[in-house]
Amino acid sequence: MRRSGPIRDMIFGLGVFVLLALLYVLVDDAFVHDIIIKTCIFSIFALSLNLLIGYLGLVAFGHAAFFAAGAYVFGLFMQSEYVGPDSAWAIPFGVLLAMVGSAVLAAAIGAICIRAKAIYFSFLTLAFQMILYSAILAAVPITGGDQGLMGGFPKPVFLGIDLAEASHMYMFCAALAIIAALIMRQVVESPFGYVLRMLRDNPDRAAFLGLKVKLYQWITFVLAGTLASLAGVLQSLLDIGAFPEWAFWAKSAEPLFMILLGGMQTFLGPVLGAFIFEVLNAVVTAHTRYYGLVLGAVILFFALGLRRGLGDYIWQLVSDRREASGRADA
Amino acid sequence: MLRLENVAKAFGGVIATDDVSLAFAPGSLSAIIGPNGAGKTTIFNLISGKLRPDSGRILFDGENIAGLDETEIVRRGIGRAFQVASIFPSLTVEESLMAAVQSHRRQTLRMAERFRHSNARQRAGEIIDMTGLGAVARDLSANLSHGDQKLLDIALALALEPRLLLLDEPTAGMGPEERWQMIERVRALWQAEHMTLVFIEHDMDIVFEIAQSIRVLCYGAVLAEGTAEEIRANPDVIEAYLGAPAEDAEVAP
Ligand SMILES: Nc1ncnc2c1ncn2[C@@H]1O[C@H](COP(=O)(O)OP(=O)(O)OP(=O)(O)O)[C@@H](O)[C@H]1O
Ligand SMILES: [Mg+2]
Repeated sequence: MRRSGPIRDMIFGLGVFVLLALLYVLVDDAFVHDIIIKTCIFSIFALSLNLLIGYLGLVAFGHAAFFAAGAYVFGLFMQSEYVGPDSAWAIPFGVLLAMVGSAVLAAAIGAICIRAKAIYFSFLTLAFQMILYSAILAAVPITGGDQGLMGGFPKPVFLGIDLAEASHMYMFCAALAIIAALIMRQVVESPFGYVLRMLRDNPDRAAFLGLKVKLYQWITFVLAGTLASLAGVLQSLLDIGAFPEWAFWAKSAEPLFMILLGGMQTFLGPVLGAFIFEVLNAVVTAHTRYYGLVLGAVILFFALGLRRGLGDYIWQLVSDRREASGRADA
Repeated sequence: MLRLENVAKAFGGVIATDDVSLAFAPGSLSAIIGPNGAGKTTIFNLISGKLRPDSGRILFDGENIAGLDETEIVRRGIGRAFQVASIFPSLTVEESLMAAVQSHRRQTLRMAERFRHSNARQRAGEIIDMTGLGAVARDLSANLSHGDQKLLDIALALALEPRLLLLDEPTAGMGPEERWQMIERVRALWQAEHMTLVFIEHDMDIVFEIAQSIRVLCYGAVLAEGTAEEIRANPDVIEAYLGAPAEDAEVAP
């Protein structure tokens, strides 16, 4: 019997988690662990942006605003007087608080941005991100300005999870990335998710089917922003702080590159892109200062050579082969 | 069922709709004809909410719908298909119709279900059978033939179970034989679904054969209305539009 979609996806997610755990145990190399953790964090970030770009067809240039919002809300909360070394509730609550706060921010920014069409939408998201960036720099007493949130914060143990332990942090990031991916997978495979594809293809026609285009765009924008903030929270946990570069426009370019590298038509494309990006980053910066040059060359290769991201390319190969064998059977 | 009262619309200096008053009876099958640029599509755009009239009223079931947005008008039971087939290229025929059915049933905000397991599939299958798209149900809409794309556009509108269906040149861009197939299909759908149907058409033979009543538009205004016999005999129409004995007249699309 064929298993239903959600169960198959969950089994797949569980399998990935087991593999990542095995990798941690078998390959005892902090360099490798670091790449995996960052890939997990950026997978959430890139997948959430791809809800907008790949599924909804809206290119947001300011997605890092929500990454930064999540990181700062979480970091500020963890540094606050309410949190002590034994506050077992603090981290789960902080994660929730950061996501709710970012959702509110995304709701407000999204409500304005989706009024604009196409490239103006993109510019507006970028403008809001730059406003947030300036605000973070200006609010020195709260945010530490260009220094960022310094001084660290405690990581109280909760549910037996001690994020000060490298192995716990690794598993925590892997687990959250997989859960976030499963949630997004469910969304894009739901009736709601198919509306997103329709709005990407032909929003005018969708309106004549009774669909309130702006409503669906807004909900998706809020969802994407909220999930991006989770990536920011994990980054904040990793670096024990939050830094204004995370709100700078260049930070929004990173998930864009990942989507370009990995592909936007295949659900897991951005994950592959995040992995390639982090490997390149780690390997290339270890050997040369010309990181941007190498990254640019690789992106050119995908854009001009394959004409799509690697994930889309592989998926195309697989489905072509399936079709060919289907024809041979018939 | 539908009544336009002194509706006007101008684009800058171009008067696309000039004081138009029209009425369509429930269950009727009517055609709108007129030369290129006469303002036929504009009338559909005004009725369906894509455009807002400068003045006048559009009454549907006695309520003024002029200026409401398109989603609201669709929900009240007015569906439409477009002169250039308007579809979703990256979805298959079946997926497109399932999504349209879900929209009609207001299930499209659901995030916890799987689209593939939706009970909309059954209804989508009925619409596919009704419109004869069975052979291409699993094909991407982008890969359909021109005729099938036009059919899919109509099928999308049917998924909303409209009481009034507006078809903008359902036979546009088709060869003579395909035209008749298409229009017979449209007539069969009209009979089966008990709806009010208004279509725009350039082929006079088709219009005279199919339509119960005909409206002739010229320069944005209603030049004539009546049955095929009346339109054929109308001297204004002959002079301004047909320009030749009606039997052989066909205006280039
Ligand atoms: N959105 C618009 N903006 C500006 N002008 C428009 C617009 N829509 C229509 N027009 C103009 O209004 C007039 C009527 O156009 P319309 O598309 O209604 O004609 P039509 O009768 O459908 O013609 P056809 O047979 O070519 O489809 C034309 O002169 C057209 O250029
Ligand atoms: Mg037209």
